[in-house]
Amino acid sequence: MTATAIQTPSGTHASAMDRARALGRLKFSDSGFRLMTMASALIVLILLLGVAIALFFGAWPAFHEFGINFFFSDAWSPPKEQFGAATAIYGTLVTSLIAMLIAVPVGLGIAVFLTELCWLPLRRPIGIAIELLAGIPSIIYGIWGVYYFRPVMQSYIQPFLINTLGNLPGIGFLFAGPPFGYGVLTAGLVLALMILPFITAVSRDVFDTVPTVLKEAAYGVGATTFEVVGNIVIPYTRVGVIGGVMLALGRALGETMAVTFVIGNATKIQTSILAQGTTISAMIANQFADADPGLFTSSLLALGFILFVITFLVLAVARWMLSRLELKA
Amino acid sequence: MAGLYSGRKRRNIVWTGLAYAATVLGLTMLMIILATLIWNGFGGLSLDVFTKNTAPPGVVGGLLNSIVGSIITTVIGLAIGAPLGILAGTYLAEYGRNTRLAVVVRFINDILLSAPSIVIGLFIYELLVVPVGHFSALAGGVALAVLGAPIMVRTTEDMLNLVPNTLREAASALGMPRSLVIRHVAYRAVRSGIITGVLLAIARMTGETAPLIFTALGNSLFSLDPRGPMSSLPLIIYEFARSPYAEQQKLAWTGALILTFAVLALSISARALSASSKQS
Repeated sequence: MTATAIQTPSGTHASAMDRARALGRLKFSDSGFRLMTMASALIVLILLLGVAIALFFGAWPAFHEFGINFFFSDAWSPPKEQFGAATAIYGTLVTSLIAMLIAVPVGLGIAVFLTELCWLPLRRPIGIAIELLAGIPSIIYGIWGVYYFRPVMQSYIQPFLINTLGNLPGIGFLFAGPPFGYGVLTAGLVLALMILPFITAVSRDVFDTVPTVLKEAAYGVGATTFEVVGNIVIPYTRVGVIGGVMLALGRALGETMAVTFVIGNATKIQTSILAQGTTISAMIANQFADADPGLFTSSLLALGFILFVITFLVLAVARWMLSRLELKA
Repeated sequence: MAGLYSGRKRRNIVWTGLAYAATVLGLTMLMIILATLIWNGFGGLSLDVFTKNTAPPGVVGGLLNSIVGSIITTVIGLAIGAPLGILAGTYLAEYGRNTRLAVVVRFINDILLSAPSIVIGLFIYELLVVPVGHFSALAGGVALAVLGAPIMVRTTEDMLNLVPNTLREAASALGMPRSLVIRHVAYRAVRSGIITGVLLAIARMTGETAPLIFTALGNSLFSLDPRGPMSSLPLIIYEFARSPYAEQQKLAWTGALILTFAVLALSISARALSASSKQS
């Protein structure tokens, strides 16, 4: 409609009145559009503030009732109205740690393979496959984990760990207890699988920012592939790799569906990583439907608020590091 | 001299071997997931899945209400999220550029991009479910919009940044106001890029489960009313996968297969679209 408004004034019958009116309309729509885009940008800003404020208000009764103890208490008893976040925070941190311990080396390994070792015609297809896998919904990992991975854990991996690492002095307590299949380790491993394509995709992109001349120079003086990766690629991209890893950590910390299925949802801290546990997000997903309004719901919202703060910090650091790499590139 | 070199060579073989091993391990595991998904889901595919509603155990049921529910909540999410995301991305690329507001919004948007979806779900629960007093597909759609919008903000901004400034200058020189330059020149130049972002956002929204648990809730009946609770594919997978009944578990797998295919089809067409636009 505005496009025709440009053309009419050029007609022979156009009077000064028409022209002024058309121009006025254009000016109106022009500033209107500008304001709309600005409002949308502000809404994005307000959304994040809104999340923080809404969760904090919802969580306030729990924070008020339990005070600072909420963070350190492992009590979780709806009938007694006693709630604490320690179990969920512990589970979130431990599962994420396990996931990162496995996914980071494997993901970086695949990224090195894709950028340095892979046969060229295969590079794009494998890269695309990995990017596609990064988009598979987390509930798929959850359903696979509970039907296929859990039985394997129960009959092979966990008994093996109990019989070998479980007997070692010092770390044996980590692998104690009967093999349930469900548990913190299972959740950590499924999580590792889920963030693996993500770490690979980000670190491959980061590795690609290394100028080819740098690598060629190193190869030219006789460096091996390992030396090029270790002495040129990694130092050049260190900040970006750490940023990508933090980004994946943010994802692992907040992941819900893949974890809920396999962690066993026990509301007690156990030292063994084979034991069942819970995470913040699994706890919320599992118990929200049954929660009475009041202290129970408020405690779950408080867990959500804690998760929000933790992931916000991790993601903020990740973005800051990635932006530093962009400045360099 | 020779010893030094063979040591370096050996180390190289060990480490590159590990990189190969990581690739084989990672890709095999991911392939196993896809294979089990196809294996378990394919057997359950039948006409009933698409024509019958979810049913209690013992009755032959399908996934019709959850597929329709998924489409409705995603459309609501898109109707709210797409204008918001595209306009905000336009502000960042065209008007904001390096102003303080744009820098802050860009940073916040990047955080929203990977914020835990369950937290977004709780936020919408507090915002739209508690005040109204009941769960609704509308609340679910809004939650999905909050998850999808940051993707579109990002791609719109990235795409608009690719538009050559000479194009904008040429349009401005003809006397076009800024908003027309953006809508008729810049948008048109990168239309397929923006659509790519929209498709990626749809893919993300279709697969989300966690935020729907406390917003759309799920519904075992066929429902088209966005003001009430509504079923959706991820929700029904979540419910049926934990069911003790074999036929419901089977439907969960079939649902998972349909969901994965939908998401993969969306991301592949997004990729194809962006690839074809880069060539032209």
